[in-house]
Amino acid sequence: MRLLLTYLIGLIFGLGISISGMANPEKVLNFFDIAGTWDPSLAFVMGGALVVTFFGYRWVLGRPGPSFDQMFHLPQNRSIDLKLLGGSAVFGVGWGMSGFCPGGALPAIGTGRSEVLIFAAALIGGMALARFINTHMSVRFQTPNYAEHKPAPHGPLTHLPRDVAPEADNT
Amino acid sequence: MEIVNFTPLASLLGGSLIGLAAVLLMLVLGRIMGATGILAAAIWGEDDRSWRWAILAGMISGPALFLMLTGGWPEITVPSSTPMLVIGGLLVGLGVSYGSGCTSGHGVCGLARLSPRSLAATLTFMLTTGLTVYVTRHVMGV
Repeated sequence: MRLLLTYLIGLIFGLGISISGMANPEKVLNFFDIAGTWDPSLAFVMGGALVVTFFGYRWVLGRPGPSFDQMFHLPQNRSIDLKLLGGSAVFGVGWGMSGFCPGGALPAIGTGRSEVLIFAAALIGGMALARFINTHMSVRFQTPNYAEHKPAPHGPLTHLPRDVAPEADNT
Repeated sequence: MEIVNFTPLASLLGGSLIGLAAVLLMLVLGRIMGATGILAAAIWGEDDRSWRWAILAGMISGPALFLMLTGGWPEITVPSSTPMLVIGGLLVGLGVSYGSGCTSGHGVCGLARLSPRSLAATLTFMLTTGLTVYVTRHVMGV
């Protein structure tokens, strides 16, 4: 039941990405090309998603907890540092070069288009490179999750390992 | 400036579905809908990977559902060359690992939680994406 519901949530996300145009690099790049061929549509994607999520989260996070877990897993890291800003800046350069962001590219894999598969392979390669740095270099070069919560072989924005997780704060 | 292919209604509907998925994931599993975190932990995470593969399978099924509903695949036009896709993909993978998230994690879920960290991340990557598009299209003329 839990996995079926999760699959359906992914399906809603994938359908939303498909309808919105986020899976289409030409449309995405045109949004950023204000000086040339501008397509303002993506502001409406972001706006629609934000309004629904803002009010939806206010309702959901006011509940005692999620249906199929003990607690809400919310990111605890609050520091605005070089890793956050530098990483985001590098992400933007890659997004501007390719026209794909992860949330747009993952559903687009379902079309089987070779360009999407090439991008997705490179995306996973970039993540693997970050993980290689995590395990072979000093803390100052490690990604935030890895550096702060050892041992934390999780990706970004996931929960902390159970043994070091803070007390649930669902108030 | 020339406005092209403006689709406000489809984009608003698609965006609302993205938001609905984010709210439902928090309601059901208590998790942030971040494509980056879900993908990384599906591949390398040590526990509870099953829901991440389930949601990825759902995402990848999205275009097929779109095909059933509309009779056509979602339009995908890729102006970038293969080397640009490969370098771009590597930079995105590296960047989101250090930046702890992407458009869905920071730009939707983080902003909806009024997280200053996500606002800083979103403003940063929107700025560098815009600059990169300006440089590739109007300076280098790719």
